[in-house]
Amino acid sequence: MRNIITMLAAAGVACTLATHALAAAPEEDKEAFQTYFKARFPNVPEQEFANGAYAIDPIGRENWEAIEEFPPYETAIDNGHEMWDTPFANGKTYKDCFPDGPAIENRYPHWDKERGMVVTLALAINECREANGEKPLKYRKGPIADLLAYMAYESRGQVIDVVIPEDDPRAMEAYEKGKQIWFARRGQFNFSCASCHAANSGTTLRTEILSPALGHTSHFPVYRSKWGEMGTLDRRFAGCFKQVRAKPYAPQSEEYRDLAYFLTYMSNGLELNGPGARK
Amino acid sequence: MRTRRCSMGILAVSAAALVTLATPFARAEMPQMELNGNAEAGREIALDRSKGNCIACHLIVGGESPGAIGPALIAIAPRFHTKEAVAKQIWDATVRNPEAVMPPFGKHEILTEQEFKDVVEFVWSL
Repeated sequence: MRNIITMLAAAGVACTLATHALAAAPEEDKEAFQTYFKARFPNVPEQEFANGAYAIDPIGRENWEAIEEFPPYETAIDNGHEMWDTPFANGKTYKDCFPDGPAIENRYPHWDKERGMVVTLALAINECREANGEKPLKYRKGPIADLLAYMAYESRGQVIDVVIPEDDPRAMEAYEKGKQIWFARRGQFNFSCASCHAANSGTTLRTEILSPALGHTSHFPVYRSKWGEMGTLDRRFAGCFKQVRAKPYAPQSEEYRDLAYFLTYMSNGLELNGPGARK
Repeated sequence: MRTRRCSMGILAVSAAALVTLATPFARAEMPQMELNGNAEAGREIALDRSKGNCIACHLIVGGESPGAIGPALIAIAPRFHTKEAVAKQIWDATVRNPEAVMPPFGKHEILTEQEFKDVVEFVWSL
């Protein structure tokens, strides 16, 4: 009973917000977003949302915890560590690009005011490589997933704290674009991200439990049993797009960077817990 | 349900408006057709993952591991009254409820016309 009251109270707060101006401030969006999931899953402690469907699916969780005893992403962390330590042909290393690294994931994605764009960690890694005369890595899987896994592992426990700077309207625009992509229906199946991961989160698609969107970005890159290997957020986005029979955007396109900007901002306050293991 | 929708409405409203305007469809309205499909063939399609895949979201008696996103496919005739109403719902569920997540199987040509008729016949029989 108390749960129902909490849910209604929370929904009531959000409804009051909805009567305000349409172009809500990101802060209000985030409150509504987080309140929605906390009301929908009142027994899930906040940080548990970082564990996706395993926060709400006891059987799936049991399997997942068993998998986590010998994490399938460990090799990726080791490989990524080696990449971090190995000098480029010019003798420099990633450390020269990221002097505070490798534990810097909570700084991404961020708004780069000078360039007027969202910069993700994956993009920054490739820009570092190119600045040092190395070829950029492919974004969906492979070595970049290894390096991201190492950096994510070193960053575990950092709190997600994406900033939408108020003094640059272009940042707000990028945020709005990302939000639009998340809520827009697309593809032959006419689904939005929200169709499955908000309105129907916690229900079942065949036997699969749809994960709540809160916490979606906290644990990337992930080892997915379905893939049998590591993959990045770009890979996951593309997979979702294909599943609804929509044409995916290019990895690290403006669209996917903006989407990551919005979606990561929605999870502000949760702790980073990557790399992850998922079905 | 209503309160849940309301709480996300603040975020969704602008995005939804944009998409509705931006997407052209060849066959938005269900064309006139004779609803004379084959229920048995429709059943196959309804259970086929790459075709109708109704079972992904709807309970179908006799189908294994149904999803639970949509209502159970039972007592269809008392709920829809006419076969045409069932057909329209499968053609494009967003006409009756703009927030319906069910893919528009007719409008987006997910099924061929024959497959569509077969599924309508099957669902109508439930």
